[in-house]
Amino acid sequence: MTIGIVSAAYIAAAVLFILSLGGLSGQESAKRAVWYGIVGMALAVVATVFGPDVGNWFIIVLMIAGGAVLGYFVASRVQMTEMPQLVAALHSFVGLAAVFIGFNAHIEAAHVASLDEAGRAALTGFAALLAHKAPVELTILKVEVFLGVFIGAVTFTGSVVAFGKLAGKVDGKAKKLPGGHVLNAGAAILSLVLLILYVNGAGAWTLILMTLAAFFIGYHLIMGIGGADMPVVVSMLNSYSGWAAAAIGFTLGNDLLIVTGALVGSSGAILSYIMCKAMNRSFVSVILGGFGATTGPAMEITGEQVAIDAESVAAALNEADSIVIVPGYGMAVAQAQQSVSELTRKLRAAGKTVRFAIHPVAGRLPGHMNVLLAEAKVPYDIVLEMDEINEDFANTDVVIVIGSNDIVNPAAQEDPNSPIAGMPVLEVWKAKQVFVSKRGQGTGYSGIENPLFFKDNTRMFYGDAKKSIDQLLPALA
Amino acid sequence: MGQKVGALRELAIGESRVSLTPDSAVQLRKLGYVCFVEAGAGEAAGISDAAYRAAGVTVVADAAALVAASDVIVKVRPPTTAEVDLLSAGQTLISFFHPGQNGELLEQARSKGANVIAMDMVPRISRAQKMDALSSMANIAGYRAVIEAGNHFGRFFTGQITAAGKVPPARVLVIGAGVAGLAAIGVAVSLGAQTYAFDVRPEVAEQIESMGAEFVYLDFDGGAQQDGAATGGYAAPSTPEFREKQLAKFRELAPQMDIVITTALIPGRDAPKLWLDDMVAAMKPGSVVVDLAAERGGNCDLTVADQKVVSDNGVTVIGYTDFPSRMAAQSSALYATNIRHMLTDLTPGKDGVIVHNMEDDVIRGATVTFEGAITWPPPPPKIAAIAAQKPKEKVKEPTPEEKRAAEAAAFKAETKNQLVLLAVGTALMLIVGAFAPSAFMSHFIVFVLACFVGFQVIWNVSHSLHTPLMAVTNAISGIVILGALLQVGSGNGLVVILAALSVLIATINIVGGFLVTRRMLAMFQKS
Repeated sequence: MTIGIVSAAYIAAAVLFILSLGGLSGQESAKRAVWYGIVGMALAVVATVFGPDVGNWFIIVLMIAGGAVLGYFVASRVQMTEMPQLVAALHSFVGLAAVFIGFNAHIEAAHVASLDEAGRAALTGFAALLAHKAPVELTILKVEVFLGVFIGAVTFTGSVVAFGKLAGKVDGKAKKLPGGHVLNAGAAILSLVLLILYVNGAGAWTLILMTLAAFFIGYHLIMGIGGADMPVVVSMLNSYSGWAAAAIGFTLGNDLLIVTGALVGSSGAILSYIMCKAMNRSFVSVILGGFGATTGPAMEITGEQVAIDAESVAAALNEADSIVIVPGYGMAVAQAQQSVSELTRKLRAAGKTVRFAIHPVAGRLPGHMNVLLAEAKVPYDIVLEMDEINEDFANTDVVIVIGSNDIVNPAAQEDPNSPIAGMPVLEVWKAKQVFVSKRGQGTGYSGIENPLFFKDNTRMFYGDAKKSIDQLLPALA
Repeated sequence: MGQKVGALRELAIGESRVSLTPDSAVQLRKLGYVCFVEAGAGEAAGISDAAYRAAGVTVVADAAALVAASDVIVKVRPPTTAEVDLLSAGQTLISFFHPGQNGELLEQARSKGANVIAMDMVPRISRAQKMDALSSMANIAGYRAVIEAGNHFGRFFTGQITAAGKVPPARVLVIGAGVAGLAAIGVAVSLGAQTYAFDVRPEVAEQIESMGAEFVYLDFDGGAQQDGAATGGYAAPSTPEFREKQLAKFRELAPQMDIVITTALIPGRDAPKLWLDDMVAAMKPGSVVVDLAAERGGNCDLTVADQKVVSDNGVTVIGYTDFPSRMAAQSSALYATNIRHMLTDLTPGKDGVIVHNMEDDVIRGATVTFEGAITWPPPPPKIAAIAAQKPKEKVKEPTPEEKRAAEAAAFKAETKNQLVLLAVGTALMLIVGAFAPSAFMSHFIVFVLACFVGFQVIWNVSHSLHTPLMAVTNAISGIVILGALLQVGSGNGLVVILAALSVLIATINIVGGFLVTRRMLAMFQKS
């Protein structure tokens, strides 16, 4: 295949990727859109493999076959509750690949530089491309390699730590080494110094040292961010993996890599922005970790938490006409989505209006709750976003809160001194009755007392979410 | 075996209610109690001894035996001296008690060492609504008041157009929109009457209107608008000026009204006289006044407690005081449920053993004697009955000009923002362009355009598909495989190994990402 045909294939692939992302605007078009992505990727890979300057076919076939089997294995085995871990793991792969490719570019460049004129003329492939570069272009190349490796390395260790936290293999709490962000800043400054040295001709050691520094930054940055901020972390790493691909594209002079990297990078950036807005926190404050200090004494909470048994909850549900269920991370932890779906089916069969209210940061991944409910066969048209349903709570008979806490905390609106003041929340307390399914009396991730639990129209339904919902099922009419 | 709950037969003349029903007995047994009832206790409410037995209740021949056998004695009316005499130390009595009026009875109960819970002293907080017997009885009284009025009113409530001519709807005025008043409003409205309601507490206007009645407003700017929140949800005496205005309004309404139901009570005082002689005289013959405050002297001048009188101009004034008892089956069911809820709160362990927790606001408030001491009146409850009325802030409706000006300003600000961003962007591009070689610039333009397209496209992605979005971006960021593919043909061994590894992991990304996205999307089903 000639360069021309390869370029045409790349353009087609870029268009297909854009269509693939654009198609995610609706559930039905998304099913078609994913095929655009697959076709685009196939086009790009086939054109590259059969294009000029590619050798070692045996290795390529072996590796692609191996990767495909592993990928298939992972994708078909993963539980939907494990999606956050999977996404984080896949990010780390992109990061690691970027580091490898960056190193390769460095090795090739060093190799080319050591050759004489005759040797250069005999080069093929990527090396030939390098050989034709002017000195200014080589300097830019070095910056690009350096950036690609840096971003890739941060993405790699960051994603590995995120994976560990999400999978429960690493303690989810925010942890920092003594020195905190000064260490990160130090490592970043060190990397900058190394960049200047590297551009000015210092050897491979600068690149390796910088990689280690970047590994440290990725590790330490994500270790310092706690559980409920994970949606932001995962979307941020998503963004980084895109920028890493784009940087590699610059290094290799490959426009398709640049386009795709930019698409992924901006997608992750927008997701991070949406998540931060949903928590009313700035991106920087999330990355720096921990909740901000309170500005004054918290409002005093009057009343008491009143417990209720399954029978009474079922009685209230039998009497209610409109019901809204607010799921949170606790539902995923208790694996209660199937029971919730069964509850929904029964209530709907009894002619009641049942809807779900999803806060943007519910769960550990943007849109995680939607996927869990979809897996449990809850129809997606009764699963609504916060903005779509918030005004309807006043006309709702019963709200069931399952395993969420901060996203239904009225203190965000009522108490200007609360650490989460101003965060948009689901206004469940406006409903006639609220049942909160919760393991025990405790505060949420943020450690903030939730006045909702003390309201007169709130009853606490203590116990494991799955067991609690299962107790309800036989008592429903 | 749990403790024993015994229900006494009511002795008062005309009292038909009973404090235990077969239904409530079943619920009490779930709490761990064993239930007893005095023979014939439910007769007047239509519940035979056989019905009690069928529900597992033991029927006991007389009061003395019942009290002797029970740990908890429940009844409706305040006990008689003879009944209190039967009590012994440690027994709990739950009934109406009116400790304010029955000082001697209270002292007698104390000396007996019985713990007395007065159902009429249950504090008016939301948590205690389920055991608020005053409210449940008032509800019945309000309902019955309309039925009694209809019984003596020789016309339809609802307006009709019949072949024989047009019938105007009855006009009903309800004074005092407490529980009884609201119940009366509800019944009158549902019977089709044109219903008006008055209350000194302006904050109930919303409730009145939500029931379909019209709130009667006073043109009064003396600042005497009461805030019911300050008085535990009850009305307080009004100022003379306010009263004058109020009476003037009633005088104005009197000739138009067919039925007047008065429910105005002020805690601890005689009922205020609101419907005076001259107002009755102004009403049309055949009209009816039902005075629910008759027991406390009545709101109407003509009211005679427990009697029905007819005025000179043919207006019937009903002063019955036993409305709940006139619907004994219904009121017994509700009262027994109130008692059952009280026992539920007294039995936290659900083991049929009373735990008289004096720290609990509700239990503390209702307890009038406890362990040989008089505990009435209780300390004020910690929780206000209703939240204090916040003065409503009027949201100023912006005028069309203001709206347009605001829109124009927002548009201007947006334009300015975009222009600044564009200028900064252009400047940055110029700087980059001035120094970077052309090969870099062409890639850079592609990059900037792709970011731009990405931002435009991603904003449209539905929130519910954010997880599939992340999975699909995972898959397409596997595009780094291209870089690895280009390098794998190198002559350098290390490069080949690293490139091969990159191909492997990028393929996992691509295949895994796309497959898991497909799996997820297939799950999204419409109902």
